[in-house]
Amino acid sequence: MTGSTATVQMSRPPAPPRAWTKTRIFGHTLMAMWIVSGISLVYYLASNIASPFVQKYWPVYLHGFFVTLEIVGLSLLFGALLSVPIALARASRWKVFSAPAFAYVYFFRGTPLIAQTFLLYYGAGSFRPELEAIGIWPIFREAFYCVILAFSLNTSAYQAEILRGAIQNVPRGQWEGAQALGIPRSVAFFKVILPQALLVALRPYGNEIILMIKGSAIAAIVTVFDLMGETRRAYSRSYDFQAYIWAAVIYLFMVEVLRRIWDRFEARLTRHLIR
Amino acid sequence: MNEALTLLSFGDLGWGDAIALGTVVTVSLALATLPFALIIGFLVALAKKSNEPSLKLAANIYTTIFRGLPELLTLFLVYFGVQIAILNGLRLIGVDTYVEVNSFVAGMVAMSLVSSAYMSEAFLSAFRGIPQGQYEGGHALGLRHGQTLMLVIFPQLIRLALPALGNSWLILLKDTALVSVIGLSDLMRETGIAARVTKEAFLFFGIACLIYLVLAMISSVGLSWTERWSKRGDTAR
Repeated sequence: MTGSTATVQMSRPPAPPRAWTKTRIFGHTLMAMWIVSGISLVYYLASNIASPFVQKYWPVYLHGFFVTLEIVGLSLLFGALLSVPIALARASRWKVFSAPAFAYVYFFRGTPLIAQTFLLYYGAGSFRPELEAIGIWPIFREAFYCVILAFSLNTSAYQAEILRGAIQNVPRGQWEGAQALGIPRSVAFFKVILPQALLVALRPYGNEIILMIKGSAIAAIVTVFDLMGETRRAYSRSYDFQAYIWAAVIYLFMVEVLRRIWDRFEARLTRHLIR
Repeated sequence: MNEALTLLSFGDLGWGDAIALGTVVTVSLALATLPFALIIGFLVALAKKSNEPSLKLAANIYTTIFRGLPELLTLFLVYFGVQIAILNGLRLIGVDTYVEVNSFVAGMVAMSLVSSAYMSEAFLSAFRGIPQGQYEGGHALGLRHGQTLMLVIFPQLIRLALPALGNSWLILLKDTALVSVIGLSDLMRETGIAARVTKEAFLFFGIACLIYLVLAMISSVGLSWTERWSKRGDTAR
């Protein structure tokens, strides 16, 4: 008898095999489809990497990529600067300020970006003498500047709403606490309210950047050669569909990288909030 | 001022009829896309909240792709991609002909893909707002899973998802303007033609913006009405 060994190893019984339910089969079928299309996409791109198309057009795509980055970066920057006064006006108690700010935000958020771009780029021609008189006609003549102006105005409306929402979201007690400590209002705003508001605004700001990257493709329609513009030109010259597939890969890559960085960034900045 | 009114009037002298027709096309494209976007979005959300990891992953890949691609690029991919696929398919069976994909249909497909990816997020967050007890209650009453979903969960889900879905509708309405680029005679294209012919670009694109604004306003009124209607049971409680 083996009674001497007192400790008997008790192990957990193995988990029952997961049944092949209809959902599971369906899920695996869908995944198989994604994997097959993913592999064929990679194969297609890899087999074309030495093709004449890529040889000829990769510098053009690189240039377009940087133009897109430039448009997005500048528009976001100008939009951010412009959004502060708009958000302040929008939150103001005086109708004189809040009503025009509301109209501005409503207009830019309620109409398509493409229509706004056309309105500025083509519509500026109607006011050519006036614009020449003040000397800012060169800005409206160049599609690139026009696009940046249109995108900045558009994103400033969205950013103003994000900012206003975030600031109004900070509890009143924070203002009152600062007042009780004898902190002046302006210092309280910058040192107490704004840091808390920006944390709330972080996620919508990230979404706004992604929206801007995607929206910047519209610049291609008004003859700016950003990534989309170069893609369209390459396609119209070569009639090779891989033009669009490369562009799709680059755009997806851009958005995904930004999303990942932003998630990290947010996790880092909000680490004190995790309990 | 009078000149502008003449340009915008209906009849031989003005562009009113063209713009009105374009508006109808814009609205009908958005309305035709909506049911597809809603149904696909709902199914994708179901897949995302399922317990099956493979299904969840497959649905997440779908939304990652269509929320990450610019809408304009999705449109071109669908428009030219389908055309090339059809041509190659025809060539395989020995027919050598030229096919042009209808831009309305291409726009509908592309917009459904993009919009459903956004709407699935709306449905998903609404699903999170429904307590587990609702499923258990349905189960306790002897309802099958599908019945619980349709009779118990869905009516509550719609109420929770409506604000976000309304937002998606407004985005969809604006995104249809992009379909003008592949040649659909929608509001954007008709005003563009008028602007080019009359050289009054600011007037016509301004009108286009205003019409989009009016459409958005009408939508908001309709949406808030629908929201109130969906909440009519709340007051009794």
